[in-house]
Amino acid sequence: MARQPGEDAMKWTNKTLFAGLTSAAALLGTSASAVEIEYWQYFFDARVEAMEQLIENFEAANPDVTVNMTHFPYAEYRTKVAASIPAGEGPDVVQLFYGWLNDYIEADLIQPLPAEQFPTEMIEAEFFPMVSAMQVDGDYYALPTAVRSLALFYNTRLFEAAGLDHPPADLDELVEMAGALTERDGAGNVTTVGLTTGMTAQDHHWWREVLVRQFGGEPYAEDNQTVTYDSDAGRAAAAFYEGLSSEHGVTQVGFMDEPQAAFKAGRAGMHIDGSFRIGSLNNTRGLEWAVAELPVGPTGTQSNYSSYWVNAITTKAEGERYEASVRFMEYITSDEAMQIWLDVVGELPARPSVGMTEANATHEVYGPFIRGLEYAHTTVFANESAQRQVLVDMLDRVSLQGQSLSDSLAEAAQAEQAILNEYYAD
Amino acid sequence: MTLYRNLTIRQKQIVWAWAFLTLPVIFYGVIRFYPTGSAVLISFQDWNLLGERTWIGADNYIQLWNDPVFWKVFKNTFVYLLLGTPVSLVLSFTIAYHLDKLRFLHSFVRMLYFLPFMTSAVAMAWVWRWFYQGVPIGLFNNILAKFGIAQIEFLNSTSYALPAVLAPAVWAGLGFQVIIFMAGIRSIPTSYYEAARIDGVGWWTVLTQITLPLLRPTIVFIVVFSSIGFLRIFDHVFNMTTNNPGGPLNATKPLVLMIYDTAFNSFNMGYATAQTVVLFTILLIVSLIQLRLLRSA
Repeated sequence: MARQPGEDAMKWTNKTLFAGLTSAAALLGTSASAVEIEYWQYFFDARVEAMEQLIENFEAANPDVTVNMTHFPYAEYRTKVAASIPAGEGPDVVQLFYGWLNDYIEADLIQPLPAEQFPTEMIEAEFFPMVSAMQVDGDYYALPTAVRSLALFYNTRLFEAAGLDHPPADLDELVEMAGALTERDGAGNVTTVGLTTGMTAQDHHWWREVLVRQFGGEPYAEDNQTVTYDSDAGRAAAAFYEGLSSEHGVTQVGFMDEPQAAFKAGRAGMHIDGSFRIGSLNNTRGLEWAVAELPVGPTGTQSNYSSYWVNAITTKAEGERYEASVRFMEYITSDEAMQIWLDVVGELPARPSVGMTEANATHEVYGPFIRGLEYAHTTVFANESAQRQVLVDMLDRVSLQGQSLSDSLAEAAQAEQAILNEYYAD
Repeated sequence: MTLYRNLTIRQKQIVWAWAFLTLPVIFYGVIRFYPTGSAVLISFQDWNLLGERTWIGADNYIQLWNDPVFWKVFKNTFVYLLLGTPVSLVLSFTIAYHLDKLRFLHSFVRMLYFLPFMTSAVAMAWVWRWFYQGVPIGLFNNILAKFGIAQIEFLNSTSYALPAVLAPAVWAGLGFQVIIFMAGIRSIPTSYYEAARIDGVGWWTVLTQITLPLLRPTIVFIVVFSSIGFLRIFDHVFNMTTNNPGGPLNATKPLVLMIYDTAFNSFNMGYATAQTVVLFTILLIVSLIQLRLLRSA
């Protein structure tokens, strides 16, 4: 969002107003002197707008603290943050992707949240369970304001045409319905897929954290450092996924280049994607769609994958700036902040107390995503793009080079283990 | 100031020469040579952009030597070079040779060839990427389907993907090479051709004995120029395979894409700079060989 010319002036008046308030407070002898803290996040219209609201509310409640937000292009994350904090510049509170947590801790850029304001028991009781990935060696280092999860988008127009009146409840029904939705031309080429597939999009999460678990396995060992999907469950999950195209012919990997493009164009009956897709689907004219929870597994297991951006206090924050940062962290992880974030950005609340309210949990679009959070898992990635590539290659070896699925899965598990070993070696 | 006044005219000229040279010298020092030097240093270190840099000796290079992906990528890079350079050379010469003889709509046709060179590589790559898709959206496969021919998986294939990615890259560079070739052809003195005509020599002899030998500097320039281009190929591959970068199964991955991936997805800066140093060395060797050829011409 480009800054409006009037905006600075307005901020300035606000600041003078607050300054007035604080000096008045100081006269009454209640409040400490003014503190300024820096908040950094990457640039995305809605996120910046939501954060501006949060800062305004926070400053109103804490007149002695001023929060300055800086935003910058996503691509500059590492360099900017890494260069500024050790130099004593930059953010006191920073937003980062959950997958970067280990790197940030190791580089001494962020500090643990104080146990007094953020006790482990409180976090475990009040946040959705996958947030536990933010605990390292007993300390919580960061907490999300909002989270994302997966759900099944389906094209209601195509469903109606195929005579289907409800979304699939389990994987068998998923295959059956996808079969009814698939269309082919005279030469047998697919022109509408029943279900989009492709490990390059969100399917690698669906396979890893949902399908493997639904077939009775675990993708990784407890310590997140050992790959455990080269198992019967993993093979069953891989066979199910691969069978969607090779056996059942209800999908085609890479159909119309990208799964979300096929769904947007009305050429896909069903599509598994994240809550972040809602916005762009809302803007698609002529597309009628609905959302359902991911289908359950053969034994009724429910699972989901959640990813999120977290906020953390940097090592730069000391003394009164630290105090103010803790208070700011408390506010931006509060129920109120999460509701604002949901309303403005459309990202899901990280606390059940906000997410599972009647209005949110039964919301026709957000509801299935939010309900999915209750049983969602978070993969602790060492290198997300490399680990995704492993699964992409696993299927390519089968479809392009004729390798057997179990050999390919074993090779994938080995390759991913190598990535984890290298990451945790230092 | 007295110091300056005491200088001889020759010395003053030198002072002024250096005064004017300071800006480019500083610019090159800071923008070119310093980063190049520090890249070489980083290639002997372990650094993830966030933490400390630690010296690890030649470990990055040893890892590179033992990395099967690197050798695959190394081979791909040379396939781009060895396929791309001759094909674009022959095509651009053929087009320039005939375009030179064309009078009707000459500048319009020349503009058509030059247009792709001015188009953004990103836009072009995406359009070609969609051309290559299967039915119902892919142009080529829709044409095939119309004639009842089986679909070709252009990009999702370990054997067709590289040529499919290379084709738009060749096409994009064609316009520039055609212009250079035409300038080269025009600069050959007509007296040679007149003498040949008086002697009654056929077109083939004219082509092989007059045109091609006299075009040698032009050819060497285009070979050097396009070789460096193909060795550094990145934007076409990156944009045509964003979902599966350099895929499928690394079939299209060139060295620059591997460097990008190592640096900005894996944040393994040391390993990435080691690859950069290797690429730099290859470019240096290829350019030196070709410059030597140019000089002997």
